[in-house]
Amino acid sequence: MNDPGRRGFLGTAAAALAGIAIAPGIRLIDLAGARPPELAASGKVRWGLLIDTAKCATGCTDCVTACNTEHGLQDTGRPRTDAQWIRKIDLKDLRSGRQHSAPVMCQHCAEPPCVDVCPTGASFKRADGIVLVDKHTCIGCRYCVMACPYKARSFIHENLTGQKPEVPRGKGTVEGCTLCVHKIDRGDGNTACAEACKAAGHEAIVFGDLNDPQSAVSRRLREIPSRQLRGDLRLDTGVRYSGV
Amino acid sequence: MATLIHRELSASGLRFWVPLLAVGAAIAVGFAAFVHMETNGHFVTGMDNQVVWGIPHVVAVFFIVAASGALNVASVASVFGRVAYKPHAPLSALVALALLAGGLVILAADLGRPDRLVVAMTHFNFKSIFALNMFLYSGFFAIVGAYLWFMMERRMNRFSGAAGLAAFVWRIVLTTGTGSIFGFLVAREAFDSALLGPSFVVYSLAYGTALFLVALDLAWRWDGRAPEAETLARLGRLLAILVAASLYMTAAFHLTKLYMTRYHGIEAFLLAQGGIYTALFWLGQVGVGGVLPLVLLYSPRTGATRGGVIAAAVLVALGGLAQMYVTIVGAQAWPQPIFPGWQESSTFFDGEIHAYAPSAAEIALSLGGVALAAALIAVGLKVLCFLPDPCTASSSPPPTSPPARPR
Repeated sequence: MNDPGRRGFLGTAAAALAGIAIAPGIRLIDLAGARPPELAASGKVRWGLLIDTAKCATGCTDCVTACNTEHGLQDTGRPRTDAQWIRKIDLKDLRSGRQHSAPVMCQHCAEPPCVDVCPTGASFKRADGIVLVDKHTCIGCRYCVMACPYKARSFIHENLTGQKPEVPRGKGTVEGCTLCVHKIDRGDGNTACAEACKAAGHEAIVFGDLNDPQSAVSRRLREIPSRQLRGDLRLDTGVRYSGV
Repeated sequence: MATLIHRELSASGLRFWVPLLAVGAAIAVGFAAFVHMETNGHFVTGMDNQVVWGIPHVVAVFFIVAASGALNVASVASVFGRVAYKPHAPLSALVALALLAGGLVILAADLGRPDRLVVAMTHFNFKSIFALNMFLYSGFFAIVGAYLWFMMERRMNRFSGAAGLAAFVWRIVLTTGTGSIFGFLVAREAFDSALLGPSFVVYSLAYGTALFLVALDLAWRWDGRAPEAETLARLGRLLAILVAASLYMTAAFHLTKLYMTRYHGIEAFLLAQGGIYTALFWLGQVGVGGVLPLVLLYSPRTGATRGGVIAAAVLVALGGLAQMYVTIVGAQAWPQPIFPGWQESSTFFDGEIHAYAPSAAEIALSLGGVALAAALIAVGLKVLCFLPDPCTASSSPPPTSPPARPR
């Protein structure tokens, strides 16, 4: 009845089964670089992007379309009040006539002015460098829109319907690029804009961990010259630009 | 001077209720506009993702700044010991509180989520000048409220000097904080100046004195008498100095900006090529709000007359609204340089001058806040003793009024 050999066998078998069940999950989390939901974002990583304008095709808006689809942003026919998390800015050097095109979104600054000015702390920076808006404490004062040097924030001017569960949005609050935080947290390992750019064959947007010297973004940053937009403000942006 | 006695507003019956109902109607229209904006969203206003702060912010900031300056008369009496201003000190505090309340109600009603006001009062980011201002505003109510009580309650009179000094210091900090809301915005070329804080302090002194003069004149006329010519002339001289100082701050602000090459674009826009903003700057802020009042106040024919002083005060207030429009809306109309040195264009209107046309809803909302301030003053005048009794403080003949209540 109480055979110690049998009891030991059952215990060992249960532990082995549990190990077999959990291990692949742990391995997958490890492979994707994602963290378990109960763990807070880590300051060991700094997510960021490199935009290589030399590879960005003028007229291509695949990154914008992908962002809008991923986050459920809709065209209401009122462009002046519609939200834009990412837009293509066409650039022209007036002296030389040289032209460029570059996607611009929240630059996920290490010293974000939007976070500094937000009265309630709704604008915040995660430990991994992603700048977000807490939709529960945003009061819609728009001070962050005034403070952002990149025009990266949008105020929601009308009622929204059919929002995606992983992308909380609502009338009367401010929003902007989340660096696809929901994709990062579930371990996709890329943003919608970067995926779309790659699918289009441009690879002008490279996503990765700026703190990891072996990440694709860090390697490219070592290879080509790059800069921060409005570098004079010394905000230490998480998005870097090359070729402009 | 004999013992100073204040009493309530003598106007009663239709003479009291008709103006109050008119103001109440304006508040009701403002409330309807608020409901309209909050139900449908801000797309029913002229504001958009390019110009996010519009007429409500222009009027609200003007009132908040003027609230501080409206306390001038009380400060001059309590802090600087000028007894001639003492009879009007309580009214000065009442106008200050009412203006601040009106301005804050407009700001709160314009929030995207006004239902979360309690969030704003329980979650604070102390690096935000906005959050600090919330303490400055609530502190202003508390300090000026106490100051008013000490002035009006004879047993507490001995503390009114200390409270007056506290209120004086507090309001200078408050206006500096309000100016710094803009001054700290390094991303906007029209702001990004340490001069905005001190400039707002000086502007506040002029705007507040002007609005106090208008309130004083209206209150006394409602009470059935004219304000003393000597009081008006004295306040007129004070206003002239403050208007001149405001012009100096305006000149200093733009000249320092012009010294820096990177600001030549925005300065050329505001001062020369900005259409409505250039017109409002030169004709509104400088002409109507500065030069014209100075001419009226320093002219021997109009400087000491009621008409001249009150007209100058109204002009200063209108010029103040023009200044706020240029400062707040003009700054947003100018595109932000994201790639300095490059010509920019996008579907998000980068590189363009942004248009703004206020809608009826936001104008009604703003006027509702103005009406609320007027209503608070009117009710205050009726239920408490703010007006100096003519027998003790005025040479005008006493009106037919209820017996004065000594305080």
